[in-house]
Amino acid sequence: MKIAIKRYHNQQTSINSYDVALKSPTLLEALTYINENIDHTLTFNSGCRSSVCGSCAVSVNAKPQLACAYKIQEGDLIEPMRYFEVIKDLVVDHNPAQSTLISSKSYSEPTIPTPLVSQEKEKLNELQSDCILCGVCYSACPVFETNKDFLGPFALTRVWRYVSDDRDSAKQEKIDTIQSQGVWDCTLCAECTIACPQEISSKDDILKLRTKSAQAGYSDPNFSMGMNFGSSMF
Amino acid sequence: MYDVLVVGAGGAGLSAALSALKETQSVAILSKSYPTRSQTSMAQGGINAALGNSGEDSIQSHIDDTLKSAASLAEESFVEKLCGDAPEAINWLDSIGVPFSRTKEGTIAQRKLGGASASRAAYAQDFTGLKILHTLYDQVIKSNIELINEHFMINLIVENEQIEGITALDIRSGEVKAIYAKSVILATGGYAQMYHGFSTNSSATTGDGVAAAIRAGAKLSNVEFVQFHPTALKKSKILISESARGAGGYLLNAKKERFTDELAPRDKVARAIFKEIENSGEVWLDIRHLGEEFIDENLPQEVKLAKLYEHIDPVHELIPIMPIAHYSMGGIEVNAKGMSIVDGLFACGESADHKVHGANRLGGNSLLELIVFGKESGKNAALYAKELTTFHNSDKQLQKDRELIDSIYNQDNSINFYERRNLLGESFYKNAGLFRDEEGLQNALSFLEDIKDELMQMGISDKTREYNTNLVELLEFRNIVELSEIVLNAAIKRKESRGAHFRIDYPKKDDDNFLYSAHSYRINGQLIQDFRE
Repeated sequence: MKIAIKRYHNQQTSINSYDVALKSPTLLEALTYINENIDHTLTFNSGCRSSVCGSCAVSVNAKPQLACAYKIQEGDLIEPMRYFEVIKDLVVDHNPAQSTLISSKSYSEPTIPTPLVSQEKEKLNELQSDCILCGVCYSACPVFETNKDFLGPFALTRVWRYVSDDRDSAKQEKIDTIQSQGVWDCTLCAECTIACPQEISSKDDILKLRTKSAQAGYSDPNFSMGMNFGSSMF
Repeated sequence: MYDVLVVGAGGAGLSAALSALKETQSVAILSKSYPTRSQTSMAQGGINAALGNSGEDSIQSHIDDTLKSAASLAEESFVEKLCGDAPEAINWLDSIGVPFSRTKEGTIAQRKLGGASASRAAYAQDFTGLKILHTLYDQVIKSNIELINEHFMINLIVENEQIEGITALDIRSGEVKAIYAKSVILATGGYAQMYHGFSTNSSATTGDGVAAAIRAGAKLSNVEFVQFHPTALKKSKILISESARGAGGYLLNAKKERFTDELAPRDKVARAIFKEIENSGEVWLDIRHLGEEFIDENLPQEVKLAKLYEHIDPVHELIPIMPIAHYSMGGIEVNAKGMSIVDGLFACGESADHKVHGANRLGGNSLLELIVFGKESGKNAALYAKELTTFHNSDKQLQKDRELIDSIYNQDNSINFYERRNLLGESFYKNAGLFRDEEGLQNALSFLEDIKDELMQMGISDKTREYNTNLVELLEFRNIVELSEIVLNAAIKRKESRGAHFRIDYPKKDDDNFLYSAHSYRINGQLIQDFRE
């Protein structure tokens, strides 16, 4: 089976075709095969092989995927994930994307003493805390086409995780933080939801955060702008 | 220069750094990838603590179970610390927001794992390690701790038997740097990638810290004890969690007959499966009788993995499985403070031997070890650094390691090390696996000697400096080769059977000669191994 890989090596870009002599391999098995047997210079990241470490995300035919969870098809085009800076071949820089975790304050501020968490409350962020920080949702999000400062899907899902947790004592601060470049900048297109290998829906989490924001007295700046714009028409 | 440099960013490293931060603001964590990609993310089952939330339990029972499984090679005082601190460790994880599964009362739910006398493992569905790791990471990014990602530690810097930092390859730039620190904590994980192709471990679990430690003068202990997990998918070697058997799954041989107690301790089940595969050719895990509804609700990850990697649907078909290497019980020998015999060099997590697992680790005790001893070594490393007065700032090791990397770029590359790595993995599985004997171990050792002789012909094809994974993988392979020799020699010397170490030619436990851990260290480059208290 032949696949094509877009490479950026030694400051040069090329698209190379490789013949993978394996039966129905995952993309990660194919990349490993190429690296061990055909071309030791092919550069990519991997780790657990079982979709929990988040190392091996790449773009397959323009869709972000985990290489370990995708079965290759004849003629697939493999590229580095978009909206990430390419370092070499399929390896991209995850630091700028991960810095959204800091700017969105998506971490816990403990409450003392630690309150109990009911089974119902636990379910509020059970799925969200399955996130593996692979960057797939970030690469699927079209907002980054025009706005590189957007906090993005995984950071907002993580904010929901802590905002929905009774043990967190800084919920208001988090809601305040995500008003700018946050919940209102999402287009609700659900590309993140479709792409997520863990079946998390950041779009749904953003909607829930919008409700929390409204309850905290915030409103959609686009909506009010639109209303004003609309009223001036009359 | 840092007060505390933590090498490795899994559960142990992050816990150590957060704990050190209480004593000093000068803390950095170095990772060869990114923290959340660490092996900890793969831990599924749970983390032990005698909370008694799901039935009666006591710290003493936890201690007794752990000591029993360890087959006399655990240190009682260390086990008391591990089990005694466990409830507090879970409370801390709870306070920072780990999303544990819950009881109806809202307390942390607990389930029973192999070898435990009570339901003791706190869990978060089948993602316990993942959720602990990510929650710790969130606390780290909240703090002032500096993250040095994508740096590969080459060596430790030691002057006058005192740690002074590390040398590291900045993977992105290809530059070799010295990172000076008054204390260094190794939290670099185990070495079960020695069994390459026959291991549940991440491809990154190559014992880098353990190998660097013995090169720097530290002692290793109990390295011959490697735990095998009974059920990995046969083709892809992906782990199928113990929960499949816990829920009532059967093990079947080629005649489709059950042949062993599915819920016996890991070492026993793994050996029974290996033997059955040798005898009848095939062993399957059968969960079909549990019914589609139950399987979809309780074992969704198993279904997903079996479909993706073995092309079978476990609701209707048998799952082909085999036992493969899973966990390194041994590692860097440390004292109660987590310090090795090199002043200022600490170790925790799977890279350390805290003498709590002995010859066989209990499920749920490794995540616990990361937290309890991670915190302990973090605190002690910071206190050590604060009291340190002399520091040499030598660049000797840096010069040496720059030359080492340059020499690899210029080295002959006529032998494909990836091929040798795969063959070594096969040799280890066959000769140093679940059943060992003198002849097999000697065969593996002689194969290893051949590889050592060929190392100077194993170079790299990628001659660029930036992000050279070809180079990093060669350095990892060299670490594996170095540790392989130590593991094989320790396994040859231990002429008895105990826990995970089973010798066909010495099938009984021999307390007269082998009641102690094997210590491995080097004097003037010469490998010394002895069995002493």
